[in-house]
Amino acid sequence: MSATTTPVGRVDEAPEQPSRRRRGRGVAHGAEAASHRSPAMTAAGYVAMLLVVLVVAVPLFWIVVTSLKERQDIYVQPAQWLPDPGTTNNYHDVTTRIPFLRYMRNSVIITVVLSVSKIVLGVLSAYALSLLRFPGRGLVFLVVIAALMVPNQITVISNYALVAQLGWRNTFQGIIIPLAGVAFGTFLMRNQFLSLPSEIIEAARLDGAGPLKLLWRVVLPMSWPTLVAFSLITVVNEWNEYLWPFLMSDDERTAPLPVGLTLLQNNDGVTNWGPVMAGTVLAMLPVLVLFLVLQRQMIKGLTAGAVKS
Amino acid sequence: MQSTTSDRDVAPGERSGPPEPVGPPPRRSSGRAWEWSLAGLLLAPNLVLLIVFTYRPLLDNIRLSFTDWNISAPVANPVGFANYVEWFGRDDTRTVLSNTLIFTVATVGISMGLGLALAMLLDQRLRGRNVVRSVVFAPFVISGAAVGVAFQFVFDPSFGLVRDLLTRVGVAVPDFYQRPGWALFMVTFTYIWKTLGYSFVIYLAALQGRRADLDEAAEIDGASPWTHFRRVLLPQLRPTTFFLSITVLLSSVQVFDIINVMTRGGPVGDGTMTLVYQVYRETFVNLRAGYGATVATVMFLILLVVTIVQVRVMDRPQT
Repeated sequence: MSATTTPVGRVDEAPEQPSRRRRGRGVAHGAEAASHRSPAMTAAGYVAMLLVVLVVAVPLFWIVVTSLKERQDIYVQPAQWLPDPGTTNNYHDVTTRIPFLRYMRNSVIITVVLSVSKIVLGVLSAYALSLLRFPGRGLVFLVVIAALMVPNQITVISNYALVAQLGWRNTFQGIIIPLAGVAFGTFLMRNQFLSLPSEIIEAARLDGAGPLKLLWRVVLPMSWPTLVAFSLITVVNEWNEYLWPFLMSDDERTAPLPVGLTLLQNNDGVTNWGPVMAGTVLAMLPVLVLFLVLQRQMIKGLTAGAVKS
Repeated sequence: MQSTTSDRDVAPGERSGPPEPVGPPPRRSSGRAWEWSLAGLLLAPNLVLLIVFTYRPLLDNIRLSFTDWNISAPVANPVGFANYVEWFGRDDTRTVLSNTLIFTVATVGISMGLGLALAMLLDQRLRGRNVVRSVVFAPFVISGAAVGVAFQFVFDPSFGLVRDLLTRVGVAVPDFYQRPGWALFMVTFTYIWKTLGYSFVIYLAALQGRRADLDEAAEIDGASPWTHFRRVLLPQLRPTTFFLSITVLLSSVQVFDIINVMTRGGPVGDGTMTLVYQVYRETFVNLRAGYGATVATVMFLILLVVTIVQVRVMDRPQT
């Protein structure tokens, strides 16, 4: 199966622009007749917006509030919805008492090294598969794409055995190298390179640009938005990677943040929720900030195809 | 070696004269050799990684499923089909399959259904629409482990958010950590909360990219909203629906982090045990890697069949 159906057209910050079609059509599930841009439809839209924001935001709000409460206030019934008085003790606790910063550091190392290698490998593979000609190109492409269909879970047992045999458990290379192959990114970038106007590439070739110069000077600058989207997805995915690091690392030497969170949670049988919630907030923040700043590019990337998570 | 090419596959910049089989254009042979070796050089690292860490373990996993390996022993004894026989005969197999089915079907159905409904409601000029889009999509980028830890406390039966809300409206709080049914509900809800934004954003993009003239035509024909939805909108969204059904299914079948953080497959041993979690538990906790590999192989086969069926059913060209 190849994901040839990429359904996404424009995913842009649709400002209130007159689009190519008239808006306000469509029927809510089981809703009664909605005429063209009817008040009922508009009202339903606002209600839906309110509801969904509540469902998504209230748990997040709850987590943040809990992280700002004094220990005894967390266990008050009925619960207080605002910390009174607020405190940052939990944050102080979580960053000093347990090796939280070590986990953070490990996450940064793993994410940076893995993302850079995946982006480089993905771009190089895509370039070879789209703009170079060699025998067996179709087969190689198929081999790369088919890897998308293999779930991580079926590979972990054998990979674990291999890595353990190499003595790479609890090492960064043991976590990073098995995750470094790029299927999705190759697919994404190849499609992008194939969509470039051939006249420009031809012109560059006639000017005597060699393959590498062509990639660096012509192809990449023209593919910037897709490259940014691909990079962002990769960074988010690697930051959130869980199963493999969880199997590979036992302690703060190499465990990334998501694994560290779990270790922190069952430290002593009874979970002390304040610091744990503070840790969770800190773990969520980097990607959320990245998302809020670069959401257009990120949504473009994440919706451009299957996301292996 | 003929490569299967569509006309898209012809590298831009190659003079396509008469349609020719794949082969480099007439150039100096040294240039051709240089191009081939460059391609090999660029592709080799990625190919080696994929072969060693994706394809090799895929085959090795199938081999291991016919052994009694325990993950640490130097040797694995072949046991024929014993693991498979055991899997079909075991009591917990049915529970694991039904948990996996419930979790997956609920996730795919609800996240796609709600995602579509929401996308349709928000496909009009509303104030604050983009803010809502960001808020709904945000959980998708948070790590499953962090979401799991957070929702553990949200569902905490003594001090959690859910308890607080239910108590305020006077409803008894189910114990999400002791009752298998409620535990499964809890992890499913949590995962849907995290994934809803993905379906929603993709449907919204598809709605905004669709053809206006069909809507106009339906309007002129005086089609009822329901007919319009059934006959005009859904067929147009078909590729999107197909794409989502595959990607959401594949990712929800593979959920490990949320279950591992929230319930560890419990309560009562297998309340939230899914195929993926069973692979982990049998291999790394019970040290029966042979049996774990068997479950993984079965899971892979099921996924393969389901995906093929999906492609057959959904990917018919539309008339």
